[in-house]
Amino acid sequence: MIRVVLPHHLRTLAHVGSEVELELNGQITQRTILDALEAKYPMLRGTIRDHVTQKRRAFVRFFVCGEDVSHDPADTPLPEAIVTGTEPFFIMGAIAGG
Amino acid sequence: MSGIRLLVGTRKGAFVLTSDGKREKWKVDGPHFAGWEIYHVKGSPVDPNRLYASQTSAWFGQIIQRSDDGGKTWIQPGTPPGEPTTTPEGMAKGESNKFVYDTSPKTGKPLTTHMWYDGTQHPWEFKRVWHLEPSLTDPNHVYAGVEDAALFESKNGGESWQELAGLRGHGTGPKWQPGAGGMCLHSILLDPKNRQRIFIAISAAGAFRTDDGGKSWKPINQGLHSQYIPDPHAEVGHCVHHIAIHPSRPNTLFMQKHWDVMRSDDAGDSWREVSGNLPSDFGFPIDIHAHEPDTIYVVPIKSDSEHFPPDGKLRVYRSRTGGDEWEELTKGLPQRDCYVNVLRDAMTVDSLDSCGVYFGTTGGQVYASTNAGDSWNPIVRDLPAVLSVEAQTLP
Repeated sequence: MIRVVLPHHLRTLAHVGSEVELELNGQITQRTILDALEAKYPMLRGTIRDHVTQKRRAFVRFFVCGEDVSHDPADTPLPEAIVTGTEPFFIMGAIAGG
Repeated sequence: MSGIRLLVGTRKGAFVLTSDGKREKWKVDGPHFAGWEIYHVKGSPVDPNRLYASQTSAWFGQIIQRSDDGGKTWIQPGTPPGEPTTTPEGMAKGESNKFVYDTSPKTGKPLTTHMWYDGTQHPWEFKRVWHLEPSLTDPNHVYAGVEDAALFESKNGGESWQELAGLRGHGTGPKWQPGAGGMCLHSILLDPKNRQRIFIAISAAGAFRTDDGGKSWKPINQGLHSQYIPDPHAEVGHCVHHIAIHPSRPNTLFMQKHWDVMRSDDAGDSWREVSGNLPSDFGFPIDIHAHEPDTIYVVPIKSDSEHFPPDGKLRVYRSRTGGDEWEELTKGLPQRDCYVNVLRDAMTVDSLDSCGVYFGTTGGQVYASTNAGDSWNPIVRDLPAVLSVEAQTLP
């Protein structure tokens, strides 16, 4: 079970609480998590990464086990703690005022 | 008894203000989409309970919301919660938030560049929807004016969007440039007497018209004069802030430009200045009385460098002669220490017998006049900065 923590505004859009759970098989990467997240919550398409290029939106960050992995390649395997659900995959809005 | 519903977009959410036909007591409902910028909310003229809202964020991008019950509940039309994302046949469902410039060989135009603030060329990039204009005849048909400037339409209630690429591909794109708010298509006027004719305006490119339903477009900026571009009389590059038509006389257009209030009586083919005795001819909104096509309203702002009313006095100016001669309307408006702005989509009128006029400010006030501007009262004083106000006159 993969745990994903969403920022406030995306929780409201998806009508979920702070954390969602995803059933995922195979390699666990940023891309596979986001693919599964958008499949389960299609209203989030385009809010985390661009509709077409699939690039992360500039003001969105990804944190894993206390590390900022926003700039890691999308297909890099994520740590075991994410795979086992011990740690959540954090999607954050950049601290940019407002 | 008839009533009024005001759809107010703000920097931090949408609000729905309702009143009966007396327009004395108002109910304030909201915020909807709290914390998001709501650039525009507008209802269908043929189904007043069908509303469209542009919800946007620098963080999370563009969301289109739709209400089918006058703003009580909202959905993202292309992606209802919990539904599968594909049809049983495996086809992708519409995605209401997806605005992709059409570069296809069949219907699209190549993605070019536009001018950046420093004069260099810059890639065309979608940022947000500034204005939603529902069709005059079909509640499922709605146009969207976007930044970077382009016109999109949806014919399925906002479930999916297709660019009318002839505008962006008109050929003058490299000369279009962003205004301070971005390179936005902010005004969409549908001609009620000619379904094939649409007027749009872009800051800073100018006004354009199509006479074939959006396939091809021509700039309609002859007579505009703008000192801030190398050729002040250029075909494109003008910072048009807003345009307005009256449904009974769609060949007459009024324009609030970056500087100058303008008028055209030939569907935009030529323009003349009608700023007359205004204390400043800089401003953003311009609107027309519901029953008097020569009665128009503007809110003068001191200058492009100082976006507040001259002398700290919030004054609406009304012309009953289609421009040139203006009277100041101050009763009920603050006449000292007022330094708010009124943005381009933040003024509107209702169509009751005694025409109501409304506007919202960047200070969060929404003012109403039930007597065509003679006097004003605040409906609310402390909303977030108001981006847009639209009035619906309900049966």
